[in-house]
Formats: sequence, C-alpha cells, structure tokens
Amino acid sequence: MSSRDLILGRVRRALADVPDAAEGPAGDGSAYEAAVDRGYAREHGGRTPEETVDLLAENLADYRAIVHHCAAEELPELLARLLAARGARTVLAPPGLPPHWLQAVDATRVRDRAASTPHELDRVDSVVTGCAVAVAETGTLVLDGSADQGRRRITLVPDHHVCVVRVPDQVVSSVPLALGRLDPTRPLTWISGPSATSDIELDRVEGVHGPRTLEVVLMSGE
Amino acid sequence: MSGGAFVGMPAFPPFPRAAHEAVRNTTLRANLRHATHTIRDKRARAVAELDDWAELREAGKRIKDETLRHLDRYLEQLEESVVRAGGTVHWAADAAEANRIVTELVRATGETEVVKVKSMATQEIGLNEALEAEGIHAYETDLAELIVQLGKDRPSHILVPAIHRNRGEIRDIFREEMGAWGRPAPDGLTDTPAELADAARLHLREKFLRAKVGVSGANFMVAETGTLVVVESEGNGRMCLTLPETLISVVGIEKVVPTWRDLEVFLQTLPRSSTAERMNPYTSMWTGTSDAQTADGPRAFHLVLLDNGRTDTLADEVGRQALRCIRCSACLNVCPVYERAGGHAYGSVYPGPIGAILSPQLRGTGSEIDASLPYASSLCGACYEVCPVAIDIPEVLVHLRERVVQGGEVTRRGVKVTLKPARGHAAERAAMRAAGFVFARPGALRLGQRLASRTRRFHPRTLPGPGRAWSAARDLPKVPAEPFRDWWERTRGGAAQGSGRQEVSGK
Ligand code: SF4
Repeated sequence: MSSRDLILGRVRRALADVPDAAEGPAGDGSAYEAAVDRGYAREHGGRTPEETVDLLAENLADYRAIVHHCAAEELPELLARLLAARGARTVLAPPGLPPHWLQAVDATRVRDRAASTPHELDRVDSVVTGCAVAVAETGTLVLDGSADQGRRRITLVPDHHVCVVRVPDQVVSSVPLALGRLDPTRPLTWISGPSATSDIELDRVEGVHGPRTLEVVLMSGE
Repeated sequence: MSGGAFVGMPAFPPFPRAAHEAVRNTTLRANLRHATHTIRDKRARAVAELDDWAELREAGKRIKDETLRHLDRYLEQLEESVVRAGGTVHWAADAAEANRIVTELVRATGETEVVKVKSMATQEIGLNEALEAEGIHAYETDLAELIVQLGKDRPSHILVPAIHRNRGEIRDIFREEMGAWGRPAPDGLTDTPAELADAARLHLREKFLRAKVGVSGANFMVAETGTLVVVESEGNGRMCLTLPETLISVVGIEKVVPTWRDLEVFLQTLPRSSTAERMNPYTSMWTGTSDAQTADGPRAFHLVLLDNGRTDTLADEVGRQALRCIRCSACLNVCPVYERAGGHAYGSVYPGPIGAILSPQLRGTGSEIDASLPYASSLCGACYEVCPVAIDIPEVLVHLRERVVQGGEVTRRGVKVTLKPARGHAAERAAMRAAGFVFARPGALRLGQRLASRTRRFHPRTLPGPGRAWSAARDLPKVPAEPFRDWWERTRGGAAQGSGRQEVSGK
C-alpha cells in the first residue's frame, strides 16, 4: 500500500465516530460555509477613505517604516531626494515601474533579468516598487509580483526598499478586505515594517535579513 | 504499544527531573520569566484592539474542526491543487519516511547543503540529523535557531527558541562557533543585540546567496488553491522560499485549511497571539512553482505531507482538538509551570501546555517523559483562555492522565491497541513526580492567570492514578466553588507535607 493510501485510510478510520464524515463537504462549499460561523467583522470601525489612509500611515510608522506623503506630480522629485539622502549609487526598478517615477534620480538604474543572480542583487543599493494593496489596520503592504513590483527577491536582497502606494485606491481597512482583492495564484509577500527579530532577550532589532530600511510613499491624486 | 522509541528524538529524562534541573538554572529562569511576561502583556494589548476577538476565535476553532472532520477530502483536494500548480506531493507516514523522502530529493539535486527556515515539523522528525548522517548539511537560518544550532543546543520555546540564552552567552557562541560553519563573527563583536543580529546577517547571507535547495514548513496550506503560507519576522523565510531552485516543504497534515478566505481569520489571530503584533513583518504565500519566464522563485516545489502520529491523535475523540493548534505559543507564555520548568523539561519540540497534550498523543505514553507530561500542569486553565483556536488543554490533560493511569483503547500507527494501566511502572512514578513538581509550587500557580472557575469541572473527587495516590495522602476536597489555587493555599498549611511534595523537594 502506498503511504498516501495508508494515511488516508488512517484518517477515515480515525473519523469513524463522526456521523457525516464520509459524506464530505458539499462540492460548492455551502455546507462548509454554513458550519463556519463568520460572525467576525469585515473591518474594525467605520472610517472615511482619508481616515483609512491616516491609519495606514500611523500603523506603518508604528512598525518603523518611514512614511512620506506626496501628490502624483511630486513623486519623481521625492524619490530622487530619498535615494540621494540614502547615498544610493544604484537603484533597481521592476520592468513595469512607470518610467517617469525615476526620471529625476541620479543613481544608476539596474534592470532585473530572470538570469540575475542573488549576488548581483546583493550589490544593488536600493529598490523602488509599487504595491498591490495596503492594509490600514495592520500597517501592511502586499506585493503580488505584478510588473511594477517585480520578482520577490528584488525587494528582499537589497538593503533599502522604497514602496509607493497609490492612495486611497490601493488602501483597504482590514485583512479580510485585502484577501478579497488578491489573486492566490500569484506569489504574495505581505510586508509590515522592516524585518525584525526579538530573539535576543526579546530586544527588538530591525533588519536581520530583509531590507533594513523600508520607506513608504503614500501618493495621492493619480 | 509501549515504549516505542520515537524516531529522530533522543531519550529524554522525565519531566520532573528535567524541570528540577531547569529550576536550578537561574539564568534560564530569569530569561524565561522576563520573556514570558513581556510577551504576555503585549499580547493582551494586541488582542484587545480587536473587538471581535471572541468571534475570530470561534471561527478559527470551527474552521479547524470542519477541516479535521473531513480531513481526507481536504488532503486530496490540496494534493490536486498543488499538482495543478506545478508542485509534487509526497506522503510520509512517519518521521523515518519523511526524512528518507527529503534526503532523496536533496540528493537528486546533487547538492550537499540546504538552507532551512524554522519549522516545528522538521524538528519533530529530526530532519537535520538525518540529513547530516547522509552527508547533507542543513543550515538553520532563523536567528534563534542559528544560536541553538551553533550552541549545539535544543530549542526551548516555539517562537523564541533561544529564550534560555542571554546576550553574553550568544556572543560567546558566535565568537567560538561561527567560523567552523562559515563566515566567522566579526572581530571585537560585543553583546549588543544589534551587533549580534548584524553578525548573523553577514554569516547567513553568504549561505542564502549560494543556496540551491531550501527546506521549510508551513503555517497553512489552502486546499482549494494549493497555496502555502509561511509567517515570519526576520526575512530568512523569504530567502529560503524564493532564492533556491528547489523548495521542499514538510508540513503536518493538520495544517490544511479549506478555503483562501479562511486565511482572513488566522492572519488576524496568529500574529497577535504569537508575537503580539498587529501583523508579523513578513508573510509569504506561494502556489506551486514559478515558470521560467517570470523566474520568481523555485522551479521545483515538493510538498511532503507528514502524519507521524497525527492520525492517531485524530482517532481520539477528546484529544483530537490538539490538532487545531496553530503554534502561536500564547499558551506557553501564560503557563506558570512552563515559566518555572523551561521548555527543555518537556522533552519534545513542543514545550509548554500544547506540548503536554500533543507529544504524548503523537508519540504515545510509553516512555517516562511522555507519561509524565500530562501531569506537567496545574490545570489552571490560563492556556485555554488565550488559545486562539480554543483548545481545551485542561480537558485533554485530564483525559490523558486517565489514559496513563487506567489504560484503555488508543490508536498507534493506525492500529487500535489497548493500553495497560501504568500502575507501579516507572512511567507512573515519573508522572507522580511531575504532579509533585507542580503541586509543590503554589507560588508558581499564583503567578498564573486567575484560576478560572471553569477548571472546577476537571476536579474529580480523586485524581486518577498518580493523582489518586496523591489525593489519598492529601485528602482532596470536593472543590465545588473554590478555585484550586485557593484550596491549595488553604490546605497546604497544616498537613501539607504529603508524600508527593516530599518526593520532589528532596533534591
Ligand atoms: S495550543 Fe493554542 S495557544 Fe497553544 S500554541 Fe497552539 S494555538 Fe497557540
């Protein structure tokens, strides 16, 4: 007998006391949804779109992301300023990043190719991306690998990540609302502040392996 | 079944002996106390932010219960979805089989190194040791796991495995051991946490950048989509999940959830229960493999579905609720016994209250350590109160105590067997001493959360087994309306020098 059959057989025998176990859930999932009482909130509290953006900014900052606000037309200048302040000599941009975003930037632009090695990425100073959705209640950015966000590794290996969020459109209040907007077949990365550890006597230290600096630009009016 | 050696795990001393050693270790005790109290208070605040916590908890419980009710269907559906997305699914009945599968998969790549992201399942099966025996080096990449691995140590907490080490010890371990594993610690390394973290970043980065094979566990697997989820803080998980060409994930079969939507519950309850954050820094979700064109992540993905005692646990009508566990570790942080005894005393990768009910079910109660675990509790109920999937740990503990003492029918490796009562055996004596350890420490009990009146229904007139011997000597009262702690405080004054206590305090 294969281990698959062995394990599934054990499961079925283990559930012998459960009356309807053998029938299984209805194909359309309705029986399952009926059994799981989703009496919890879709979002916590009622907020205007502006208030939701404010909450996002507050929670991002609380987890030590550096938050900036700008209007769409101010973005190129702001990005240029952030990268210059960082002293970035090279900046990586995913293929679908709007070209004008980086038009004022001095740093050399590095293209990400499928063949780029992790070592090459390790030499890049900064990376600039968009995002798929941002969650206000938790201060979370979600990247889904779209063309303006690129492969997961480009926002992981470089030490400085600047993420542009189009507000208010890309901002939702809560985790349930965010999941509803996302496509599970895409590779997803949820980011809440820079990487951190509390493994040494529970002292929080920012930045173990991911980017140690996360800057978020909340861009309105596009 | 009796005393069946658990593959991959060394023999452990029974709980009371190990607990005594821990109590004598003042560094460990101070670290544990600081850590558990800090997380405990933060968690309470994080939970209080959500006014629908009770509903989220109930939904989490129901999702897990519904999944377990139809576990065979959901596993089949999961397999289908993962395969459709380009992954390969393997089934491992026990630790040895899982280790064999992973070893062969690594061998097939021609590599002799793998990078690992912290996973309870791979610790449970002793994967690192099994790989090492075949000449494959597994590098732990979680900072705490790195400390544990370099220190040739065992983890003591689910979430903060190096909680028993302080910064000075960590610096010494880094200085002495890093060089033998790869990039040495920088000269003049001090014991500030930021410097230590930086040393780990440099040491591990060279391993991440050249790694061709990654090994992980998963927090959740979604049956309908085939999506796997890893929740983490440091970014080492992202490294292991995205940079290698081959990814192997070893996951317990109970980690499946039916729908994508179910994640909306656990992504709210897990971070708040575990690290007391609104959201942990990084969560990765992936479905199958990436294609050559996008090249975003591993081209080969293997999912190893692990039984290793889980189906036996599922067969127990009372004990199966332990399979709802999402490994948040909230129950450890509120447990007065854990705080005193430390994680190592539990003799398993699953310490604390959840370990006390999970290990004896996964492994059986044949060994002294496993027979004593159900007694490593004062039944104060704090663990149940904080559990985000409402596992009634005291209920399962009492059930397992009965099992140890009175024997009865259990399932081992898929087969129903009848256990003999442990009376008079080494196991019973170990259990007895564990009970003694707990009851001899009213101070420990008082440190716990309030003793919920709900635990009263777990107070039989006489405690089963070792408890029975104990209660015979101690005159266990009816405890109708009085919390256990108060009763203890009141009665231990006079005739409190019973045999159980004497035995444990006579170091
Ligand atoms: S038993 Fe509950 S509280 Fe303990 S680790 Fe598991 S889910 Fe968390």
